[in-house]
Amino acid sequence: MAVSRRKFLQGGAAAAALALTGGKAEASADSSEMRTKGLKSSTTICPFCAVGCGLVVSTKNGKVVNIEGDTEHPINQGALCSKGSALFQVANNERRLQKVMYRAPGSDKFEEKSWDWAMDKIAQRMKETRDKTFKAKEVNKKDNKEYVVNRTEGMAFLGGAGLDNEECYLWSKFGRAMGVANLEHQARI
Amino acid sequence: MTNHWIDLKNADAILAIGCNPAENHPISMKWIEAAMDQGGKLIAVDPRYTRTASKADYYAQIRPGTDIAFLGGMINYAIQNNLIHEEYVREYTNASFIVNEKFDFEEGMFCAFDDQEKSYDPKAWAYASDAAGNPKRDKSLKDPRCVYQQLKKHYSRYDVDKVCSITGTKKEDYLAVAKAFCSTGRADKAGTILYAMGITQSTHGTQNVRATAMLQMLLGNIGIAGGGVNALRGESNVQGSSDYGLLFHLLPGYLKSPEFDNVDLKAYLEKWTPKTKDAKSANWWGNTPKYTVSLLKAWYGDNATAENGFCYDYLPKRSGNYSFMKLMENMGGGKLEGLVCMGQNPAVGGPDSLKTRDALGKLKWLVTVDLWETETSIFWKRPGVNPKDIQTEVFMLPAASSVEKEGSISNSGRWAQWRYKAVEPVGNAKSDMWIIDKFAKKMKELYAKGGAFPEPITKLAWNYGHGEEPEVHMVAKEINGYFTKDMTIVDKDKTLEFKAGDQVPMFKYLQDDGSTVSGCWIYCGSYTKDGNMMARRDKTDLPNGLGMFPKWSWCWPVNRRIIYNRASVTPDGTPFNPKRAVIAWDGLEKKWKGDVPDGPWPPMNDAKEGKNPFIMVPEGFGRLYALDMKDGPFPEHYEPIESPATNLLSKVQNNPAVKVPKDIVPDAAKFPFVGTTYRMTEHWQAGAMTRSLPWLTELVPDMFVEISETLGRAKGIKNGDMVKVTSQRGSIECVALVTSRLKPFNVQGKQIEQVGLPWHFGYAGAATGDSGNVLTPSVGCANTSIPEFKAFLCNIEKGGKRA
Repeated sequence: MAVSRRKFLQGGAAAAALALTGGKAEASADSSEMRTKGLKSSTTICPFCAVGCGLVVSTKNGKVVNIEGDTEHPINQGALCSKGSALFQVANNERRLQKVMYRAPGSDKFEEKSWDWAMDKIAQRMKETRDKTFKAKEVNKKDNKEYVVNRTEGMAFLGGAGLDNEECYLWSKFGRAMGVANLEHQARI
Repeated sequence: MTNHWIDLKNADAILAIGCNPAENHPISMKWIEAAMDQGGKLIAVDPRYTRTASKADYYAQIRPGTDIAFLGGMINYAIQNNLIHEEYVREYTNASFIVNEKFDFEEGMFCAFDDQEKSYDPKAWAYASDAAGNPKRDKSLKDPRCVYQQLKKHYSRYDVDKVCSITGTKKEDYLAVAKAFCSTGRADKAGTILYAMGITQSTHGTQNVRATAMLQMLLGNIGIAGGGVNALRGESNVQGSSDYGLLFHLLPGYLKSPEFDNVDLKAYLEKWTPKTKDAKSANWWGNTPKYTVSLLKAWYGDNATAENGFCYDYLPKRSGNYSFMKLMENMGGGKLEGLVCMGQNPAVGGPDSLKTRDALGKLKWLVTVDLWETETSIFWKRPGVNPKDIQTEVFMLPAASSVEKEGSISNSGRWAQWRYKAVEPVGNAKSDMWIIDKFAKKMKELYAKGGAFPEPITKLAWNYGHGEEPEVHMVAKEINGYFTKDMTIVDKDKTLEFKAGDQVPMFKYLQDDGSTVSGCWIYCGSYTKDGNMMARRDKTDLPNGLGMFPKWSWCWPVNRRIIYNRASVTPDGTPFNPKRAVIAWDGLEKKWKGDVPDGPWPPMNDAKEGKNPFIMVPEGFGRLYALDMKDGPFPEHYEPIESPATNLLSKVQNNPAVKVPKDIVPDAAKFPFVGTTYRMTEHWQAGAMTRSLPWLTELVPDMFVEISETLGRAKGIKNGDMVKVTSQRGSIECVALVTSRLKPFNVQGKQIEQVGLPWHFGYAGAATGDSGNVLTPSVGCANTSIPEFKAFLCNIEKGGKRA
């Protein structure tokens, strides 16, 4: 990994101190003010558990250079747990996916593709599957009557607990428009 | 949560059962400790001596999967010792309702069970009705057929000795817990119950939750500050994703997804709109038509008209169960061609994961949208398989992180909080919003040229600006909802004028005639003419000082911070506890003060307009006795499907309403130990979001298994040894952590050992390890189909080779 142990200590100590005390850092070289002076800051909410702790993200030249607990947030009052304190390493991490990757049937490797290529292909697959497995009507076994069901049998959509509300809403809207009944997410498990 | 995180500070007793807040929701401890500073008692009930237990005033050990025995015993204890909040029980719950003559419970079974179908007919459990069709009541609670007497009889079987011989809890510990928590059954005391997956991941999980709610109703603890039934949700927006209907049985706002025999909108509304004949019942779900039509208008815009049933036909209709486990079974059976995973990792997160990984190979195509490579996206090159044998086409799409996009998420306390975009996504990563938008636009393009039933796609309203991705504020405004034409609404003494396009201020103004749009009715009020309420950062608290912070962010419904708060006051509207008044009726001004009340009506005793407090059920009273559970009106103890013990309360070993797959054959001789899975602070869920973060992997680098010192000695396993853990479904290897935090249970005179496993690991990411879910069974709750991860049979041997 790119982050050395030294950097780990430098970055982590202040966050750890905050996590332990929950109070404001003292005015030292490690203080929030010193760390974020002259930087652009915006607030966010932690992406891990559902306590909903606030954090402040500071950026310089389009890069995240510091993330720490939001002292103004009424729930966490600046404190963070070990996961929340590590959000910086989600934003800056060489293992993050940066390219669209494709694995062909039977292949032993991923290959890089463009978004255009991938989105065209995926749309084609979705349409093929929907057209092939769409069930307009079915006969119910119990009463032997035919019912309109307008359902795509062959496709499933999973996930959503890590998405924003507005994304969840559009995913829900799109999924049902596609006729997907196999629509599930983390709350079921 | 009925309440919210900061409200924990208002509790006199906090019962954490089936959750471990110090470990999994660490910042919640700030508010638990604030309560403790004021003399509040923390009670931890858990199979393991957890981080929460180490901070607790009382700790009781409980065998996994025996929560109903534990809680049923507390219900019995509260009743036998006259600790219940009598006025609350009489006035606000269905304790006084008379149950019909046919209702019966005998030898572990409720009446009306169909042995062939393995299901009950809940209609047989209905209330007895009077001539007008209203439920009969006896407010003296003495009628032997009233709910209270039935409840008392049912739980009289749960005496302390019987309970402890089932749960393996020490009697003195059990009594200390029961005494400490049931002491909150007074008007001036508040007790809260916190729970998480230890309660839900069970074949009787819904009844576990019900047992917590029933105990809280008996103690008068719902609707009050420092009270409630509070689910500690594990993912940052799992509340929101549930709110928006990403579950097979739901549409946004907890409307039901249509079933095959809801043949048109009229039939759908007839089926799902509850009715009441009681003028005192608000029966809030009676508004279902308004919310459904407003949703259809949000989805199909001008195409949705009264004449075409607002495009109801375009919605898919379900026939049966499409829950996660069923879906995996169908995938394994080759019934699915395609799967899209939006940040979900089923190869680690679901039960019986070897089977799931095989099932992924039956897909024709798989799309994963994630920040990382996950076990799901690289399943075709997982250890032990030859990629050549797997024909699934895989598209692995890079997604933006939470600081690289803008939008809201909803925490466990229902607070929708706004996040800002700090930087552009890394590399070529895109937001989920961008990706979903591209899918939708491509499908619209393709279906414009034809295909199977193209209208649901071609006619879908999808107007979110002309940018590179949907304008998130336009989406948020559609979710809140707006008027489609000029409207004049008379609300009591006010006449309100709205123009077409104006945001709807709150859901009571939504209409069932197409004149309003709302993508999710419970979020109506989140984005109004005053702007984005979710982005608010005003920390002014109410004068009551209870920490509600009503101007910080926005919470559903209608910014009500504590739901069912009409039950926090007497029927005259006076707070049960004036020191922690959530709401109070001002008789002079004729209005409520404090939190947003559960409906605007005056207190229940107001002869003309008063309403019953539990507005979401048609009778308006909290249900000590349920009418619509699949497995009985009262929670009854049954053993987990895989258990080393026999049921001591009846001859019925397992929940009779659970269909057990044929391949699960419990064998306590071969697998003598109780396995249970759990989470830890340093990792998160299926691990993708943490196992590639150096700070966290340095803290917890390896998969491990926790066992007791006695089991360690018996098996010759020392701390740090590699071991093999096996269940009927597979084997994993990991490092042994031999600890005094785990102790065997004394159950029916036998020592039963437990084996504890985190489930965060897998073969992708920087820190890898075997997955705990290789061992867990694919069998779930009778009501929700949530798998029984928390209690299964396993064995453990020294030495690291997998079977």
